[in-house]
Amino acid sequence: MEKELRLMKGNEAVAEAAIRAGADGYFGYPITPQSEVLEYLMEAKPHERTGMVVLQAESEVAAINMVYGGAACGKRVMTSSSSPGISLKQEGISYIAGAELPCLVVNVVRGGPGLGTIQPSQSDYFQATKGGGHGDYHLIVLAPSSVQEMADFVDLAFELAFKYRNPVMMLSDGAIGQMMEKVWLSPQKERSKTVPEWATTGKPPTRERVIITSLDLDPMAQERFNQKLIAKYNEIREKEVRYEEFQCEDAEYLFVAYGTSARVCQKSIQLARAQGIKAGLLRPVTLFPFPVNRLNELADKVKMMISVEMSAGQMVEDVMLASNGKVPVYHYGRMGGMVPEPEEVTDFLKSKI
Amino acid sequence: MPQATGINDIIKPENLVYKRTEVMTPNILHYCPGCGHGTVHRILAEVIEEEGLQTEAIGVSPVGCSVLLYNYLDIDWQEAAHGRAPAVATAIKRLLPDKFVFTYQGDGDLAAIGTAETIHACNRGENIMIIFINNGIYGMTGGQMAPTTLPGMKSSTSPYGRDVKMMGNPVKMTDIVATLPGTFYVTRQSVHTPANVRKTKKAIRKAAQYQKLNKGTCFIEVVSNCPSGWKMTPVESNRWMEENMFPFYPLGDMKVPQESESQTTNK
Amino acid sequence: MAKVKGSIVVDIDRCKGCEICMVSCPTGTIAMAKEVNHKGYFYAYPANPDLCIGCANCAVVCPDGVITVYRTKI
Repeated sequence: MEKELRLMKGNEAVAEAAIRAGADGYFGYPITPQSEVLEYLMEAKPHERTGMVVLQAESEVAAINMVYGGAACGKRVMTSSSSPGISLKQEGISYIAGAELPCLVVNVVRGGPGLGTIQPSQSDYFQATKGGGHGDYHLIVLAPSSVQEMADFVDLAFELAFKYRNPVMMLSDGAIGQMMEKVWLSPQKERSKTVPEWATTGKPPTRERVIITSLDLDPMAQERFNQKLIAKYNEIREKEVRYEEFQCEDAEYLFVAYGTSARVCQKSIQLARAQGIKAGLLRPVTLFPFPVNRLNELADKVKMMISVEMSAGQMVEDVMLASNGKVPVYHYGRMGGMVPEPEEVTDFLKSKI
Repeated sequence: MPQATGINDIIKPENLVYKRTEVMTPNILHYCPGCGHGTVHRILAEVIEEEGLQTEAIGVSPVGCSVLLYNYLDIDWQEAAHGRAPAVATAIKRLLPDKFVFTYQGDGDLAAIGTAETIHACNRGENIMIIFINNGIYGMTGGQMAPTTLPGMKSSTSPYGRDVKMMGNPVKMTDIVATLPGTFYVTRQSVHTPANVRKTKKAIRKAAQYQKLNKGTCFIEVVSNCPSGWKMTPVESNRWMEENMFPFYPLGDMKVPQESESQTTNK
Repeated sequence: MAKVKGSIVVDIDRCKGCEICMVSCPTGTIAMAKEVNHKGYFYAYPANPDLCIGCANCAVVCPDGVITVYRTKI
């Protein structure tokens, strides 16, 4: 089977990619700007194509707990939402992390706080990368910057989720979710028939019962579990960092940006270079794990770093930690659903030189 | 005249009429003396054994006193977030439709924080069994007012008795779900006497059989006691339950399938 | 006519002394011990074993499942 070229919205690409990745279940609740995921899945009849279960839940809270139930059966399950809905899911995400269950949560971010706007934003960075819900945990966070990546990261997310028994978040935004681009779709994968040994499937006489829980009343045992999680996160930090560099070879000024902001920065670099300013871009593809080591290396080469985000300045804190005081680090951002123009980013850079 | 039979003559394997089912693990229940949870656990385990469901059962335990239920029944378990068990069970059953899937929830879990999940799972007619233990109080957290606390009933957060003008009225969740088209069998039982235990066990068995026939949601409320939360001895608590809980939460079937639609395998 | 004769065995260390079996026994077989088990509960025991008819009511209603019941005809 060959790949298929289609023109799709990012949200539709996620949905089609999920079917093709052999996902077993999707549980969602409508919210702008990501409702196309559920709409597409309902229209595409995945139950006929692959047997995939798709259900519109009564709330985001119910949807994420359906994901918990399905993931605990060893199935490839996912949900998607946008910022206010992701906040509602945080309890369930914490339980999923605490029970070490694999799943995919897609956040098509919109402006906040509160009900905010329905336009693209990157103001959920802290929530996505620092935990989000209660307790010490991390998600693996993938940040697509194109419709193609929204499709490709579905398969990658399930691979990582099952490899580490950890929830994975795809942190997109309203621009990439809504815009149409050409996308190469992977051929249909078979739904997995493998049953992980940790999954609840009914207890045969040949094994002990499986208990999926995040509860431990013994504080010493809970601490041992926390240490196990830390070890897992450290392994993820070591092995799963992904990033992309754009004109970094000779760069004196480095933009750090992901998602839509990274696309804006590519144009800003062109504008800067036309004026003789050697700018480059590091685009983190994984926000957790964050490309700390690479940024630290680049801090020895560049004169300045600018974290460009559609937020009040969130990722900038990680850029500062990674560069560890070697170079000045600035934040440039737009908020509330506003997307920065390439010119204003270049102008900001010039103002700091 | 037969010789007088000594106890040792009676206690022989061939004379055994009742012993704890093997589906119960050896763990000692953490419940307070006289708590109805243990009884419901045991008859649930007995039904699982007698109906041959141990290999296909997946239970969902709640948050509340029965949060540790997974320690007591030797089947696969998922421990749900507070109130979310019906959503968790929904996904399990849809992804593994051949399994026997049930939730076990208290009144705080099912009728307060989990109201939406309960009603919508029942309304969709998810093919699961929901066991609802109603003792009118939050036991685990120390006897606070529950959505099911009776008018005038004292709890640690209604120390002068539940004032319905200020605190609202108790909710009859079983009456509500009985009105939903998705529920197939809805009943309210108790486990405080041997006869009531046998009736509740029969209800659980029916629900298990209906699930095999894909009939929709089966909902079994068990009106139960909380000797510690009610500050009574177990025997007193059962008497108080009969005198006060049953008039408000009368026992009996609320939704019974028609004969033609309830063909079950007789055992 | 054959007479039904029963006997119960109480798992004393698991008994929590709730007394529900005692009040559910139709023949007055069960009483609570005057001494406590290792958990400190006054446990149930067959104080009048000759009265037991092996009806299993005690075992059926026991929240902790500590009673095993035997029955025979003599």
